[in-house]
Amino acid sequence: MNNPLYQKNIISIADLSRSDLELILQTAHSLKQTPQPELLKNKVIASCFFEASTRTRLSFETAVQRLGGSVIGFDSGGNTSLAQKGETLADSVKIIASYADAFFMRHPQEGAARLASEFTEIPVINGGDGSNQHPTQTLLDLFTIYETQATLDNLNIAFVGDLKYGRTVHSLAQALSLFNCNFYFISPEALAMPDYIIEELNERNINFSLHSSIEEVVDELDILYMTRVQKERFDETEYQHMKSAFLLNASMLGNVRDNLKVLHPLPRVDEINIDVDDTPYAYYFQQAQNGVYARQALLALLLSNHFQANA
Amino acid sequence: MQKKLQVEAIEHGSVIDHIPAQQGVKILKFFKFTQTNEKITIGLNLATHNGQGKDLIKIENTFFNDQQANQLALFAPNATINQIKDFKVVNKFQVQLPSSFIGVLACPNSNCISHNEPVQTRFYVKQKSTLKLKCHYCEKSFERSTFDELD
Repeated sequence: MNNPLYQKNIISIADLSRSDLELILQTAHSLKQTPQPELLKNKVIASCFFEASTRTRLSFETAVQRLGGSVIGFDSGGNTSLAQKGETLADSVKIIASYADAFFMRHPQEGAARLASEFTEIPVINGGDGSNQHPTQTLLDLFTIYETQATLDNLNIAFVGDLKYGRTVHSLAQALSLFNCNFYFISPEALAMPDYIIEELNERNINFSLHSSIEEVVDELDILYMTRVQKERFDETEYQHMKSAFLLNASMLGNVRDNLKVLHPLPRVDEINIDVDDTPYAYYFQQAQNGVYARQALLALLLSNHFQANA
Repeated sequence: MQKKLQVEAIEHGSVIDHIPAQQGVKILKFFKFTQTNEKITIGLNLATHNGQGKDLIKIENTFFNDQQANQLALFAPNATINQIKDFKVVNKFQVQLPSSFIGVLACPNSNCISHNEPVQTRFYVKQKSTLKLKCHYCEKSFERSTFDELD
């Protein structure tokens, strides 16, 4: 059976249907259980970071190599013809893509990956375009939730911290709205979920509620998704006054559900106390590791028409 | 009793009516009618029943194709276009808001990739009531009033 994602671009999470997402998660699960070290043998994957990144780049390049493929590319845009000689992104993509079988890219401008996909026939995977989308982060988040809860349906999921500027939480909330989850948004008023996300959730009749501290809801949760409230968005006094409501420590986890998992896109600073690391609820490091499997799953599906995930 | 026409009739061409007041001059500029040699009659702030006023444009020897008629909706969503031949209205239609606008508007997001690259901008109509458009590239949505037209 042909897979529906073969040779497709992965630009925006909104482009993927519920069945596409389920296929990717099943494939990630299968590759985590049963490695396929020769699946991308003789395939060359371009990994082009016009903006620097640590985890995304390393986990993507690990994913390629774990599947037996090889990587070409660069880890920051500064030394490219684009930056040094004024070449357009469109021209850069045409040339680089002619060397490779798939094109993974991060770029500081919104829309760069969508544009790139219009200048090449090979699949383009968006590794982050400015403040817009970061779909592979969303896929690894979904995979981690699926792995720890054995479902994505009807879960109680809290998002904590900077919900205004965090593209990670926007995309994850959009994706999870396909699975009828209940959302709890916990943030300072100044960093609340933007109106366009709230409008989308209302259009889909998704249940959500707004809260001002983690402790109000933590005992009801299946997933607690933490993000960092950036100090620089507030004046010092205001920040010191309100930050404690958005910090997590182990003493707050005394009466939580057994299946609760705490996630975080990393890097963390002080929003998750290190005493949480030793609780059975901490799952953020495994989440980061899952980035490799989620990205392997994409590569497998985009480049192998007949790849079958083991159920 | 039918009110007397407030501006001179034309023999052959188009009459754009029901343009909201203040939009007529923008339409002239957008369609580059300011650079044509055809005879143009413009009415600005003409009286209407609702008291809000309207603009009206009559242009000789010029007819709108479907794409141009749709682009008119950016300025005048309720405009009507009358095609005139031998002083008679031979066709009359209302502009329709298209599902997308290509190569017409600049993205209000200054960090959108569409500003630097050899592509046409593209916006999808996301909301019709208060017109809201979503950028094909940066995926951000903006109200009509925040856009500038491309030259």
